Amino acid sequence: MAMIELANPTRFLRIVDRLLPWFAAATALILAAGLVQAVQAPDDYQQGATVKIMFLHVPAAWLSMVGWAVMTVAALGTLVWRHPLADVAAKAAAPIGAGFTLICLITGSLWGRPTWGTYWVWDARLTSELVLFLLYLGVLALYWTAEDPGRGARAAAVLSLVGAIDLPIVKFSVDWWNSLHQGESIFRAGGPVIDASILWPLAVMAMAFFLLFVTLHLAAMRNEILRRRVRTMQMLQAQEAKA
Amino acid sequence: MTVGAHAEFIVAAYAVTAFIVAMLIAWVVLDYVAQRRTLGSLEEHGVKRRSGRAGGAP
Amino acid sequence: MNAFWALLIRDMRIALRAGGGALIGAVFFLIVVVTVPFAVGPDLKLLGRIGPAVLWLGALLASLLALDRLFAADHEDGSLDILMTGELPLELTILAKAVAHWLTTGVPLLFVAPLLGLMLDIDPAAMGPLLAALSVGTPALTFIGLVGAALSVSLRRGGLLLAVIVLPLTIPILVFGVSASDLASAARAGFGPAFTILCALSLASLVLGPFAAAAALRHGLD
Repeated sequence: MAMIELANPTRFLRIVDRLLPWFAAATALILAAGLVQAVQAPDDYQQGATVKIMFLHVPAAWLSMVGWAVMTVAALGTLVWRHPLADVAAKAAAPIGAGFTLICLITGSLWGRPTWGTYWVWDARLTSELVLFLLYLGVLALYWTAEDPGRGARAAAVLSLVGAIDLPIVKFSVDWWNSLHQGESIFRAGGPVIDASILWPLAVMAMAFFLLFVTLHLAAMRNEILRRRVRTMQMLQAQEAKA
Repeated sequence: MTVGAHAEFIVAAYAVTAFIVAMLIAWVVLDYVAQRRTLGSLEEHGVKRRSGRAGGAP
Repeated sequence: MNAFWALLIRDMRIALRAGGGALIGAVFFLIVVVTVPFAVGPDLKLLGRIGPAVLWLGALLASLLALDRLFAADHEDGSLDILMTGELPLELTILAKAVAHWLTTGVPLLFVAPLLGLMLDIDPAAMGPLLAALSVGTPALTFIGLVGAALSVSLRRGGLLLAVIVLPLTIPILVFGVSASDLASAARAGFGPAFTILCALSLASLVLGPFAAAAALRHGLD
Protein backbone atom coordinates (compact mmCIF):
# COMPACT_ATOMS: atom_id res chain seq x y z
CA MET A 1 0.00 0.00 0.00
CA ALA A 2 1.41 3.35 -0.95
CA MET A 3 2.01 5.96 1.72
CA ILE A 4 -0.06 8.37 -0.30
CA GLU A 5 -3.14 6.25 0.15
CA LEU A 6 -2.64 6.30 3.88
CA ALA A 7 -2.48 10.07 3.75
CA ASN A 8 -6.24 10.30 3.75
CA PRO A 9 -7.23 10.18 7.43
CA THR A 10 -10.67 8.78 6.72
CA ARG A 11 -9.24 5.89 4.75
CA PHE A 12 -6.61 5.39 7.42
CA LEU A 13 -9.33 5.26 10.08
CA ARG A 14 -11.20 2.65 8.11
CA ILE A 15 -8.08 0.50 7.75
CA VAL A 16 -7.29 0.85 11.44
CA ASP A 17 -10.83 -0.08 12.39
CA ARG A 18 -10.48 -3.25 10.38
CA LEU A 19 -6.95 -4.16 11.51
CA LEU A 20 -7.07 -3.28 15.17
CA PRO A 21 -9.08 -6.27 16.49
CA TRP A 22 -6.70 -8.65 14.72
CA PHE A 23 -3.67 -6.94 16.12
CA ALA A 24 -5.16 -6.90 19.60
CA ALA A 25 -6.01 -10.59 19.39
CA ALA A 26 -2.56 -11.50 18.07
CA THR A 27 -0.95 -9.46 20.84
CA ALA A 28 -3.02 -11.20 23.50
CA LEU A 29 -2.28 -14.65 22.12
CA ILE A 30 1.44 -14.19 21.69
CA LEU A 31 1.73 -12.41 25.00
CA ALA A 32 0.01 -15.32 26.69
CA ALA A 33 2.30 -17.78 24.92
CA GLY A 34 5.31 -15.70 25.89
CA LEU A 35 4.26 -15.53 29.52
CA VAL A 36 3.72 -19.29 29.67
CA GLN A 37 7.14 -19.87 28.16
CA ALA A 38 8.66 -17.34 30.51
CA VAL A 39 7.22 -19.15 33.51
CA GLN A 40 8.47 -22.47 32.22
CA ALA A 41 11.92 -21.23 31.31
CA PRO A 42 14.68 -22.77 33.39
CA ASP A 43 16.59 -20.69 35.89
CA ASP A 44 19.92 -19.28 34.94
CA TYR A 45 22.84 -21.06 36.53
CA GLN A 46 24.25 -17.79 37.83
CA GLN A 47 21.27 -15.58 38.44
CA GLY A 48 18.61 -18.09 39.37
CA ALA A 49 15.03 -17.15 38.75
CA THR A 50 15.73 -13.44 38.42
CA VAL A 51 16.56 -14.10 34.78
CA LYS A 52 12.79 -14.08 34.25
CA ILE A 53 12.89 -10.31 34.55
CA MET A 54 14.88 -10.29 31.33
CA PHE A 55 11.81 -11.34 29.37
CA LEU A 56 10.26 -7.99 30.22
CA HIS A 57 13.32 -5.87 30.44
CA VAL A 58 15.02 -6.59 27.13
CA PRO A 59 11.95 -6.29 24.88
CA ALA A 60 10.98 -3.09 26.67
CA ALA A 61 14.46 -1.72 26.02
CA TRP A 62 14.22 -2.57 22.35
CA LEU A 63 10.83 -0.95 22.03
CA SER A 64 11.97 2.17 23.81
CA MET A 65 14.42 2.56 20.92
CA VAL A 66 11.82 1.58 18.34
CA GLY A 67 9.53 4.27 19.72
CA TRP A 68 12.13 6.97 19.19
CA ALA A 69 12.93 5.58 15.74
CA VAL A 70 9.24 5.84 14.82
CA MET A 71 9.21 9.42 16.05
CA THR A 72 12.34 10.24 14.05
CA VAL A 73 10.92 8.87 10.83
CA ALA A 74 7.64 10.63 11.55
CA ALA A 75 9.57 13.84 12.20
CA LEU A 76 11.08 13.59 8.72
CA GLY A 77 7.58 12.97 7.46
CA THR A 78 6.35 16.12 9.19
CA LEU A 79 9.16 18.45 8.23
CA VAL A 80 10.25 17.18 4.82
CA TRP A 81 7.33 15.45 3.17
CA ARG A 82 4.57 17.13 5.16
CA HIS A 83 2.74 13.84 5.31
CA PRO A 84 -0.54 14.58 7.08
CA LEU A 85 -0.37 11.52 9.30
CA ALA A 86 3.25 12.01 10.35
CA ASP A 87 2.35 14.40 13.20
CA VAL A 88 -0.27 11.98 14.33
CA ALA A 89 2.15 9.06 14.30
CA ALA A 90 4.79 10.98 16.23
CA LYS A 91 2.39 12.29 18.83
CA ALA A 92 0.87 8.87 19.37
CA ALA A 93 4.27 7.19 19.68
CA ALA A 94 5.65 9.51 22.36
CA PRO A 95 3.66 8.39 25.43
CA ILE A 96 3.89 4.73 24.41
CA GLY A 97 7.63 4.94 23.91
CA ALA A 98 7.95 6.70 27.24
CA GLY A 99 5.90 3.93 28.86
CA PHE A 100 8.18 1.22 27.50
CA THR A 101 11.23 3.19 28.56
CA LEU A 102 9.82 3.42 32.06
CA ILE A 103 9.15 -0.34 32.08
CA CYS A 104 12.72 -0.92 30.96
CA LEU A 105 14.11 1.31 33.70
CA ILE A 106 12.00 -0.09 36.52
CA THR A 107 12.40 -3.76 35.61
CA GLY A 108 16.08 -3.12 35.09
CA SER A 109 16.52 -1.71 38.54
CA LEU A 110 14.45 -4.52 40.05
CA TRP A 111 16.73 -6.94 38.26
CA GLY A 112 19.81 -5.09 39.36
CA ARG A 113 19.02 -5.27 43.05
CA PRO A 114 19.32 -9.09 43.39
CA THR A 115 22.07 -9.53 40.79
CA TRP A 116 24.26 -6.47 41.29
CA GLY A 117 23.21 -5.67 44.82
CA THR A 118 21.98 -2.20 43.95
CA TYR A 119 18.93 -0.69 42.32
CA TRP A 120 20.86 1.76 40.25
CA VAL A 121 24.36 2.14 38.86
CA TRP A 122 25.51 5.09 36.79
CA ASP A 123 26.58 2.74 34.10
CA ALA A 124 26.47 3.33 30.38
CA ARG A 125 23.36 1.39 29.62
CA LEU A 126 21.28 2.66 32.51
CA THR A 127 22.29 6.24 32.05
CA SER A 128 21.63 6.32 28.33
CA GLU A 129 18.24 4.75 28.88
CA LEU A 130 17.47 7.36 31.52
CA VAL A 131 18.49 10.09 29.10
CA LEU A 132 16.17 8.55 26.54
CA PHE A 133 13.37 8.77 29.09
CA LEU A 134 14.19 12.43 29.74
CA LEU A 135 14.12 13.10 25.99
CA TYR A 136 10.70 11.48 25.79
CA LEU A 137 9.54 13.71 28.63
CA GLY A 138 10.89 16.72 26.75
CA VAL A 139 8.86 15.81 23.67
CA LEU A 140 5.76 15.24 25.78
CA ALA A 141 6.32 18.60 27.47
CA LEU A 142 6.44 20.24 24.05
CA TYR A 143 3.14 18.67 23.08
CA TRP A 144 1.54 19.63 26.37
CA THR A 145 2.61 23.24 26.31
CA ALA A 146 1.93 24.01 22.66
CA GLU A 147 -1.09 26.22 22.22
CA ASP A 148 -1.39 25.36 18.57
CA PRO A 149 -1.21 21.61 17.80
CA GLY A 150 0.49 22.04 14.43
CA ARG A 151 3.17 24.23 15.91
CA GLY A 152 3.72 21.80 18.76
CA ALA A 153 4.04 18.94 16.32
CA ARG A 154 6.69 20.73 14.30
CA ALA A 155 8.60 21.67 17.43
CA ALA A 156 8.47 18.09 18.66
CA ALA A 157 9.64 16.90 15.23
CA VAL A 158 12.71 19.10 15.42
CA LEU A 159 13.44 17.83 18.91
CA SER A 160 12.99 14.20 17.79
CA LEU A 161 15.55 14.66 15.04
CA VAL A 162 18.01 16.37 17.34
CA GLY A 163 17.45 13.71 19.98
CA ALA A 164 18.07 10.97 17.43
CA ILE A 165 21.47 12.45 16.68
CA ASP A 166 22.21 12.63 20.36
CA LEU A 167 21.30 9.09 21.34
CA PRO A 168 24.28 7.22 19.90
CA ILE A 169 26.54 9.92 21.32
CA VAL A 170 25.05 9.39 24.75
CA LYS A 171 25.43 5.64 24.47
CA PHE A 172 29.09 5.73 23.50
CA SER A 173 30.12 8.66 25.63
CA VAL A 174 28.89 7.23 28.86
CA ASP A 175 30.54 3.92 28.11
CA TRP A 176 33.70 5.82 27.83
CA TRP A 177 33.05 7.96 30.83
CA ASN A 178 32.34 4.92 32.96
CA SER A 179 35.48 3.10 31.93
CA LEU A 180 37.44 6.17 32.91
CA HIS A 181 36.10 6.31 36.41
CA GLN A 182 35.80 2.75 37.60
CA GLY A 183 35.07 -0.63 36.17
CA GLU A 184 31.91 -0.93 38.15
CA SER A 185 29.95 -3.59 36.33
CA ILE A 186 30.86 -7.07 37.51
CA PHE A 187 27.95 -8.24 35.49
CA ARG A 188 29.58 -7.97 32.07
CA ALA A 189 32.57 -10.15 32.84
CA GLY A 190 31.91 -13.50 31.19
CA GLY A 191 28.27 -12.71 30.65
CA PRO A 192 26.27 -15.90 30.24
CA VAL A 193 25.87 -17.10 26.70
CA ILE A 194 22.16 -17.15 26.08
CA ASP A 195 20.84 -20.67 25.94
CA ALA A 196 18.03 -21.63 23.57
CA SER A 197 15.79 -22.41 26.54
CA ILE A 198 15.96 -18.74 27.47
CA LEU A 199 16.30 -17.30 24.01
CA TRP A 200 12.98 -18.67 22.82
CA PRO A 201 10.78 -17.13 25.50
CA LEU A 202 12.72 -13.91 24.97
CA ALA A 203 11.99 -13.95 21.25
CA VAL A 204 8.30 -14.65 21.82
CA MET A 205 8.04 -11.91 24.43
CA ALA A 206 9.82 -9.50 22.12
CA MET A 207 7.32 -10.32 19.40
CA ALA A 208 4.47 -9.83 21.86
CA PHE A 209 5.83 -6.46 22.99
CA PHE A 210 6.31 -5.40 19.42
CA LEU A 211 2.72 -6.29 18.56
CA LEU A 212 1.59 -4.52 21.72
CA PHE A 213 3.42 -1.43 20.57
CA VAL A 214 1.89 -1.60 17.10
CA THR A 215 -1.60 -2.13 18.51
CA LEU A 216 -1.31 0.71 21.01
CA HIS A 217 0.23 2.95 18.40
CA LEU A 218 -2.51 2.35 15.85
CA ALA A 219 -5.18 2.88 18.50
CA ALA A 220 -3.50 6.04 19.74
CA MET A 221 -3.20 7.33 16.17
CA ARG A 222 -6.90 6.71 15.69
CA ASN A 223 -7.64 8.64 18.87
CA GLU A 224 -5.45 11.49 17.72
CA ILE A 225 -7.20 11.72 14.35
CA LEU A 226 -10.56 11.75 16.10
CA ARG A 227 -9.30 14.40 18.52
CA ARG A 228 -8.29 16.63 15.62
CA ARG A 229 -11.63 16.04 13.99
CA VAL A 230 -13.39 17.04 17.20
CA ARG A 231 -11.22 20.13 17.40
CA THR A 232 -12.01 21.30 13.87
CA MET A 233 -15.70 20.63 14.42
CA GLN A 234 -15.71 22.57 17.66
CA MET A 235 -14.03 25.48 15.92
CA LEU A 236 -16.60 25.32 13.13
CA GLN A 237 -19.35 25.26 15.70
CA ALA A 238 -17.89 28.31 17.40
CA GLN A 239 -17.63 30.10 14.05
CA GLU A 240 -21.19 29.30 13.20
CA ALA A 241 -22.38 30.43 16.61
CA LYS A 242 -20.65 33.74 16.03
CA ALA A 243 -22.03 34.15 12.53
CA MET B 1 8.51 -23.36 38.83
CA THR B 2 11.08 -22.46 41.43
CA VAL B 3 11.04 -18.83 42.27
CA GLY B 4 13.89 -18.82 44.72
CA ALA B 5 15.05 -16.17 47.08
CA HIS B 6 14.25 -13.19 44.90
CA ALA B 7 10.58 -13.84 44.23
CA GLU B 8 9.54 -10.38 45.35
CA PHE B 9 11.70 -8.69 42.71
CA ILE B 10 10.37 -10.86 39.92
CA VAL B 11 6.78 -10.39 41.00
CA ALA B 12 7.32 -6.66 41.38
CA ALA B 13 8.85 -6.42 37.91
CA TYR B 14 5.92 -8.22 36.33
CA ALA B 15 3.43 -6.22 38.40
CA VAL B 16 4.98 -2.89 37.41
CA THR B 17 5.04 -3.88 33.75
CA ALA B 18 1.43 -5.00 33.93
CA PHE B 19 0.50 -1.74 35.60
CA ILE B 20 2.22 0.46 33.02
CA VAL B 21 0.82 -1.55 30.13
CA ALA B 22 -2.63 -1.39 31.72
CA MET B 23 -2.27 2.38 32.05
CA LEU B 24 -1.36 2.67 28.38
CA ILE B 25 -4.29 0.49 27.36
CA ALA B 26 -6.66 2.42 29.62
CA TRP B 27 -5.39 5.70 28.16
CA VAL B 28 -6.00 4.49 24.62
CA VAL B 29 -9.44 3.02 25.34
CA LEU B 30 -10.77 5.85 27.50
CA ASP B 31 -9.47 8.43 25.05
CA TYR B 32 -11.23 6.61 22.23
CA VAL B 33 -14.51 6.51 24.13
CA ALA B 34 -14.24 10.19 25.02
CA GLN B 35 -13.42 11.30 21.47
CA ARG B 36 -16.22 9.20 20.01
CA ARG B 37 -18.69 10.63 22.52
CA THR B 38 -17.76 14.25 21.77
CA LEU B 39 -17.81 13.52 18.07
CA GLY B 40 -21.26 11.95 18.42
CA SER B 41 -22.68 14.86 20.37
CA LEU B 42 -21.20 17.35 17.90
CA GLU B 43 -22.77 15.50 15.02
CA GLU B 44 -26.06 15.42 16.89
CA HIS B 45 -25.90 19.20 17.08
CA GLY B 46 -25.64 19.26 13.33
CA VAL B 47 -22.01 20.29 13.03
CA LYS B 48 -20.50 18.96 9.85
CA ARG B 49 -16.93 18.81 8.74
CA ARG B 50 -15.94 20.74 5.69
CA SER B 51 -15.33 17.53 3.79
CA GLY B 52 -18.91 16.55 4.61
CA ARG B 53 -20.17 19.67 2.89
CA ALA B 54 -19.61 20.98 -0.58
CA GLY B 55 -16.07 19.80 -1.22
CA GLY B 56 -13.02 21.79 -0.12
CA ALA B 57 -10.13 19.89 1.36
CA PRO B 58 -9.51 20.57 5.03
CA MET C 1 29.30 38.99 5.66
CA ASN C 2 28.74 42.59 6.68
CA ALA C 3 25.29 41.82 7.93
CA PHE C 4 26.72 38.97 9.98
CA TRP C 5 29.16 41.23 11.80
CA ALA C 6 26.61 43.99 12.18
CA LEU C 7 24.19 41.58 13.81
CA LEU C 8 26.90 40.15 16.02
CA ILE C 9 27.94 43.59 17.22
CA ARG C 10 24.32 44.65 17.71
CA ASP C 11 23.61 41.60 19.85
CA MET C 12 26.72 42.12 21.92
CA ARG C 13 25.83 45.74 22.48
CA ILE C 14 22.34 44.83 23.58
CA ALA C 15 23.69 42.20 25.93
CA LEU C 16 26.31 44.45 27.46
CA ARG C 17 24.29 47.61 28.01
CA ALA C 18 22.40 48.18 31.20
CA GLY C 19 19.58 45.69 31.54
CA GLY C 20 21.11 43.41 28.92
CA GLY C 21 21.86 40.73 31.41
CA ALA C 22 25.11 39.36 29.99
CA LEU C 23 27.03 39.66 33.21
CA ILE C 24 24.11 38.34 35.21
CA GLY C 25 25.03 34.93 33.80
CA ALA C 26 28.46 35.20 35.37
CA VAL C 27 26.95 36.32 38.67
CA PHE C 28 24.52 33.43 38.57
CA PHE C 29 27.43 31.07 37.94
CA LEU C 30 29.17 32.51 40.98
CA ILE C 31 26.11 32.03 43.14
CA VAL C 32 25.44 28.47 42.00
CA VAL C 33 29.01 27.46 42.72
CA VAL C 34 29.06 29.23 46.05
CA THR C 35 25.92 27.44 47.25
CA VAL C 36 27.55 24.04 46.72
CA PRO C 37 29.85 24.18 49.75
CA PHE C 38 26.82 25.01 51.87
CA ALA C 39 25.06 21.95 50.55
CA VAL C 40 27.89 19.42 50.79
CA GLY C 41 29.78 20.94 53.70
CA PRO C 42 33.06 22.83 53.80
CA ASP C 43 35.31 19.79 53.40
CA LEU C 44 38.02 21.09 51.07
CA LYS C 45 39.21 17.64 50.02
CA LEU C 46 35.74 16.68 48.86
CA LEU C 47 35.20 20.05 47.21
CA GLY C 48 38.50 19.76 45.37
CA ARG C 49 37.46 16.39 44.05
CA ILE C 50 34.00 17.44 42.85
CA GLY C 51 35.14 20.97 41.95
CA PRO C 52 35.43 20.51 38.18
CA ALA C 53 32.01 18.90 38.08
CA VAL C 54 30.52 21.77 40.08
CA LEU C 55 32.05 24.33 37.75
CA TRP C 56 30.67 22.47 34.75
CA LEU C 57 27.19 22.27 36.21
CA GLY C 58 27.32 25.95 37.08
CA ALA C 59 28.38 26.83 33.54
CA LEU C 60 25.64 24.66 32.12
CA LEU C 61 22.93 26.28 34.24
CA ALA C 62 24.24 29.79 33.66
CA SER C 63 24.30 29.48 29.88
CA LEU C 64 20.87 27.86 29.97
CA LEU C 65 19.45 30.72 32.02
CA ALA C 66 20.63 33.34 29.59
CA LEU C 67 19.46 31.42 26.53
CA ASP C 68 15.87 31.98 27.46
CA ARG C 69 15.92 35.50 26.04
CA LEU C 70 18.01 34.76 22.96
CA PHE C 71 15.14 34.80 20.47
CA ALA C 72 12.28 35.77 22.77
CA ALA C 73 13.35 39.42 23.10
CA ASP C 74 13.72 39.79 19.33
CA HIS C 75 10.44 38.03 18.80
CA GLU C 76 8.57 40.36 21.13
CA ASP C 77 9.76 43.60 19.55
CA GLY C 78 9.37 42.24 16.03
CA SER C 79 13.01 42.39 15.01
CA LEU C 80 13.08 38.63 14.63
CA ASP C 81 10.66 38.90 11.72
CA ILE C 82 12.94 41.42 10.06
CA LEU C 83 15.94 39.17 10.62
CA MET C 84 14.06 36.24 9.15
CA THR C 85 13.11 38.11 6.01
CA GLY C 86 16.56 39.68 5.60
CA GLU C 87 19.11 38.71 3.01
CA LEU C 88 21.36 36.89 5.43
CA PRO C 89 20.43 33.18 5.54
CA LEU C 90 18.60 32.40 8.73
CA GLU C 91 21.26 29.88 9.73
CA LEU C 92 23.93 32.57 9.61
CA THR C 93 21.70 35.00 11.46
CA ILE C 94 21.33 32.45 14.21
CA LEU C 95 25.04 31.72 14.17
CA ALA C 96 25.77 35.41 14.65
CA LYS C 97 23.35 35.61 17.56
CA ALA C 98 24.84 32.48 19.09
CA VAL C 99 28.40 33.72 18.79
CA ALA C 100 27.39 37.03 20.34
CA HIS C 101 25.64 35.13 23.11
CA TRP C 102 28.70 33.02 23.80
CA LEU C 103 31.00 36.03 23.82
CA THR C 104 28.81 37.84 26.31
CA THR C 105 27.80 34.97 28.62
CA GLY C 106 30.27 32.14 27.99
CA VAL C 107 33.48 34.13 28.06
CA PRO C 108 32.73 35.91 31.37
CA LEU C 109 32.27 32.46 32.91
CA LEU C 110 35.80 31.59 31.86
CA PHE C 111 37.10 34.62 33.72
CA VAL C 112 35.18 33.82 36.87
CA ALA C 113 36.07 30.11 36.80
CA PRO C 114 39.70 30.37 38.05
CA LEU C 115 38.56 32.39 41.05
CA LEU C 116 35.90 29.81 41.87
CA GLY C 117 38.40 27.02 41.30
CA LEU C 118 40.55 28.61 43.96
CA MET C 119 37.63 28.72 46.38
CA LEU C 120 36.80 25.07 45.70
CA ASP C 121 40.42 24.06 46.25
CA ILE C 122 40.85 22.61 42.76
CA ASP C 123 44.49 21.67 42.16
CA PRO C 124 46.04 24.73 40.46
CA ALA C 125 47.77 22.47 37.97
CA ALA C 126 44.36 21.18 36.91
CA MET C 127 42.95 24.64 36.30
CA GLY C 128 44.59 24.95 32.87
CA PRO C 129 42.98 21.83 31.41
CA LEU C 130 39.70 22.68 33.11
CA LEU C 131 39.67 26.13 31.57
CA ALA C 132 40.59 24.71 28.19
CA ALA C 133 37.75 22.20 28.45
CA LEU C 134 35.33 24.91 29.56
CA SER C 135 36.33 27.23 26.74
CA VAL C 136 35.77 24.47 24.20
CA GLY C 137 32.63 23.12 25.84
CA THR C 138 30.66 26.29 26.59
CA PRO C 139 30.16 27.12 22.87
CA ALA C 140 28.67 23.67 22.49
CA LEU C 141 26.27 24.42 25.35
CA THR C 142 25.22 27.61 23.57
CA PHE C 143 24.76 25.92 20.20
CA ILE C 144 22.73 23.07 21.63
CA GLY C 145 20.73 25.49 23.70
CA LEU C 146 19.92 27.43 20.53
CA VAL C 147 17.62 24.63 19.43
CA GLY C 148 15.73 24.78 22.70
CA ALA C 149 15.54 28.57 22.56
CA ALA C 150 14.15 28.44 19.03
CA LEU C 151 11.60 25.80 19.97
CA SER C 152 10.43 27.61 23.04
CA VAL C 153 10.07 30.97 21.27
CA SER C 154 7.83 29.45 18.64
CA LEU C 155 5.68 27.99 21.40
CA ARG C 156 5.77 31.18 23.47
CA ARG C 157 6.96 29.23 26.46
CA GLY C 158 10.28 29.81 28.07
CA GLY C 159 12.09 28.99 31.23
CA LEU C 160 11.38 25.53 32.47
CA LEU C 161 10.39 24.10 29.09
CA LEU C 162 13.71 25.22 27.71
CA ALA C 163 15.53 23.43 30.53
CA VAL C 164 13.49 20.27 30.03
CA ILE C 165 14.34 20.19 26.33
CA VAL C 166 17.95 21.24 26.45
CA LEU C 167 19.38 19.55 29.54
CA PRO C 168 19.19 15.94 28.28
CA LEU C 169 20.89 17.00 25.07
CA THR C 170 23.79 18.59 26.90
CA ILE C 171 24.67 15.46 28.83
CA PRO C 172 27.40 14.34 26.39
CA ILE C 173 29.09 17.73 26.73
CA LEU C 174 28.93 17.44 30.49
CA VAL C 175 30.30 13.89 30.44
CA PHE C 176 33.27 14.67 28.25
CA GLY C 177 33.84 18.09 29.74
CA VAL C 178 34.10 16.71 33.25
CA SER C 179 36.18 13.75 32.19
CA ALA C 180 38.58 15.99 30.27
CA SER C 181 39.00 18.12 33.37
CA ASP C 182 39.17 15.14 35.69
CA LEU C 183 41.57 13.10 33.65
CA ALA C 184 43.87 16.05 33.58
CA SER C 185 43.82 16.55 37.33
CA ALA C 186 44.17 12.86 38.05
CA ALA C 187 46.84 11.62 35.70
CA ARG C 188 48.17 14.72 33.93
CA ALA C 189 47.90 12.65 30.81
CA GLY C 190 47.61 15.76 28.69
CA PHE C 191 44.17 16.56 27.39
CA GLY C 192 43.53 13.07 26.25
CA PRO C 193 40.84 11.71 24.05
CA ALA C 194 38.05 13.22 26.14
CA PHE C 195 39.16 16.70 25.17
CA THR C 196 39.36 15.73 21.52
CA ILE C 197 35.85 14.32 21.62
CA LEU C 198 34.69 17.47 23.38
CA CYS C 199 36.13 19.49 20.50
CA ALA C 200 34.36 17.22 18.04
CA LEU C 201 31.03 17.62 19.87
CA SER C 202 31.51 21.35 19.94
CA LEU C 203 32.20 21.55 16.22
CA ALA C 204 29.32 19.23 15.40
CA SER C 205 26.92 21.32 17.46
CA LEU C 206 28.31 24.46 15.79
CA VAL C 207 27.14 23.04 12.49
CA LEU C 208 23.95 21.29 13.53
CA GLY C 209 22.65 23.76 16.13
CA PRO C 210 22.02 26.71 13.78
CA PHE C 211 20.36 24.45 11.21
CA ALA C 212 18.07 22.81 13.73
CA ALA C 213 17.27 26.17 15.32
CA ALA C 214 16.55 27.68 11.91
CA ALA C 215 14.24 24.79 11.09
CA ALA C 216 12.47 25.25 14.42
CA LEU C 217 12.01 28.98 13.82
CA ARG C 218 10.83 28.55 10.23
CA HIS C 219 8.36 25.86 11.12
CA GLY C 220 7.30 27.51 14.32
CA LEU C 221 6.72 31.08 13.24
CA ASP C 222 5.06 30.75 9.86
